Amino acid sequence: MADLSLINPDRQSRLLASAQRFVPALVLVVALVGILAYAQSAGDTFLIRVFTRIMIFGIVAVALNFVLGFGGMVSLMHASFIGVGGYVVAILAYHDANLEPLMIGPFAFTGTSDLAILLPLAIVVTVPFAALTGLISLRTSGTYFIMITLAFNQMAYYFFVALQAYGGEDGLQIINPITFGGLDLSQRSTFYLFTLSVLALTLVLVTLLVDSKFGIVLRAAAQNERRLSAIGIAPLRYKLLAFVISGTLTGMAGALLATGQQFISPADMSWSRSGELVVMVVMGGLGSVSGPLVGAAVYLGLELILESWTEYWHLAFGLLIVAMVTLLRGGIADLGTLVPWLGRNVSGGKN
Amino acid sequence: MSKPFLEVRNLVKRFGGLAATNNCSLEVMRGETHALIGPNGAGKTTLISQLQGQIRPDEGHIFLDGQDITETSMERRALSGMARSFQISSVFPKFTAIANAALAVQARKGDSFRFLGAAWLDRAMMDEAREAIELVGLGDRAEVLAQDLSHGERRQLELAMVLAMRPSLLLLDEPMAGMGKQDSARMTRLLADLKKNYTILLVEHDMNAVFALADRVSVLVAGRTIATGSPADIRANDDVKAAYLGHRQH
Repeated sequence: MADLSLINPDRQSRLLASAQRFVPALVLVVALVGILAYAQSAGDTFLIRVFTRIMIFGIVAVALNFVLGFGGMVSLMHASFIGVGGYVVAILAYHDANLEPLMIGPFAFTGTSDLAILLPLAIVVTVPFAALTGLISLRTSGTYFIMITLAFNQMAYYFFVALQAYGGEDGLQIINPITFGGLDLSQRSTFYLFTLSVLALTLVLVTLLVDSKFGIVLRAAAQNERRLSAIGIAPLRYKLLAFVISGTLTGMAGALLATGQQFISPADMSWSRSGELVVMVVMGGLGSVSGPLVGAAVYLGLELILESWTEYWHLAFGLLIVAMVTLLRGGIADLGTLVPWLGRNVSGGKN
Repeated sequence: MSKPFLEVRNLVKRFGGLAATNNCSLEVMRGETHALIGPNGAGKTTLISQLQGQIRPDEGHIFLDGQDITETSMERRALSGMARSFQISSVFPKFTAIANAALAVQARKGDSFRFLGAAWLDRAMMDEAREAIELVGLGDRAEVLAQDLSHGERRQLELAMVLAMRPSLLLLDEPMAGMGKQDSARMTRLLADLKKNYTILLVEHDMNAVFALADRVSVLVAGRTIATGSPADIRANDDVKAAYLGHRQH
C-alpha cells in the first residue's frame, strides 16, 4: 500500500492517482457504517459503545501517526492532549449544570453543553498548549524528544490531579446531556455517526496533508534534516506546525471521549496511555494514513476480549504485541506479506 | 580580473586544540571551476561545511558575490544559490529519485506551506525535477526509491538535487568518492559539461579528474592554502610536490 514514494504522474492518470489515495479510508468508513447498521438491527448497544470508543482512539492514532510515522517524532504526550480536550468539555458542562459561571481572572464565562461551542473551544485551548510544548520539545530530537514529551505529559497529568475544584484525581462527571446544536449526542447512534464524521474528516485531512508540499517536507525532515537544510528548508517550522495539527486533532478526540464516557479523569491522560497510543500506531503501521485506525481497533478489541478471558490478560497481550511487531514489521497493513511467509514454511514442512 | 564570486578571508576553525581551518584564504572567480586538493585531514570537508554554513568559523569572513555571509544560515545560503553535494551521499532514502529532485525544486520555489494539493500534481515542478534527473543520466531510474539506487547512482542523484536548486555556486565534495573507474569517467564527462554553465568549487582526490576539469587549483595543507594556480603551475610547484603530490606519486 502507500509506501513513502511519490506516484509518477506520467504513468498514471493523475486524477485516478489522486483519488486512489482515499480508497483505504473510504473502505473503513463504509465498514463502520455497516457495523452501526448491524448493531442497530441486532439491538446491540454494547457494540455501538465499543466502536465509538475505537473510532475516538482511531482519530488519536491517525493524528499521532501524522507526527510519528510521517514526521519521525515519537511523542509520549498525546494522552495529555486527550486530557486537555476532555477537560474543556467536562469543566464547561459542569458549569452549565451548576449554573455557576466559570471565573478566569476578572472574566466570567457561562458554561455550555453544546459541542458546537465546545469543540472549537477545545481547539482554541489545545493549539497554544501544543505550540508551546512543541516549540520546547522540538529543540531536542530522538531519545531526548521522547523524554521531554513524557515530562510534559506528566506535568499536565499532575495539573489536573491537583485541580481539586474539578474532582482532582477522581475526575469529573458530566451530568448534562451533551448536544451539538440541535443534535442530542446522548443518543448512542447519533453520537456514533457524529464521531464517525469527525473520524472521516480527520482521515481526509491527513491523507491530503501527507502528500501536500507541506507533508513532503515533513516526511523529508524525518529522513534527513541535514539534507533538507542544504536545499534551503529549515525543518523546525514544519515539524512544529505538524505537531500542533496533530495535538489539536487529538484534543478534539479528547472532547469526544469525555462526551462519550460522560466523564474525564487524569487516568485518561496518564503517560501509560500515551505509550498505548504509540503501540496502536505501530501495530497499525507507520507508513499508511488509515493503518493506525485498524491498529486502534485491534488493540482495544484484543484488550476487551482478553480481559474477559483471564485476569492475567496483560501477559497474553504483551506476548501478542511482541509477536505482531516481529512478524509484521510494517504493522497490520503488512498482513498480506505474512501469508507467503506462512506458505513457505508449510511447503518446507512437507519436504 | 574582476572581484571574486566567492571569497574566503583568513578563516579559522578550531576543534579543541586542533585548527582544522588555519587562517585559510581562497578566491573563486565567477564561471571558473576551482579544484581544492590536499592530503587526507587537510580540512577540505571542514572548509566546505563552513562555506555551506553547516559549521560556523571561529574567525575570518566568507563573501558570496560581495556579500558577507559568514553569519548567514545554511537555508539562506542555499536559497541564495549555494548548493552542496556531500562526500557521503545524503539523500532522502524513502523518496523516489525524482521526488528527491522535486523537493529541491520545491525548496527553491519556497512554496512548501501548501497543504491540500498533492505535491506531484505540480506539473512544472515535476518537469523541472525530471529534467535534472535526466541531465545526470538517471532518466530510467527516476521511479526507483533512493535507498534502492546503487552507490554510483546515488552520487548522480546528489548532483541532480544540486542542479535542481538552480545554483550559482556548486560546492562538490568528492563527487567521485567510492566510484568505480567507469562511473568515475562518466561523472567527469558530466562535470566537464556542467562547468560551462556553473561556478564550481570541487574537492576531489581523483587527480585525473582534477587536472581535466579545473581552471585553477588550490592546495590545502593543514587547514591553509599553500598554493593556487593553473593545473600546470600546481604540478610544477615544489612546495606542493613536497607537501602532497610527492607522497602520492612514488
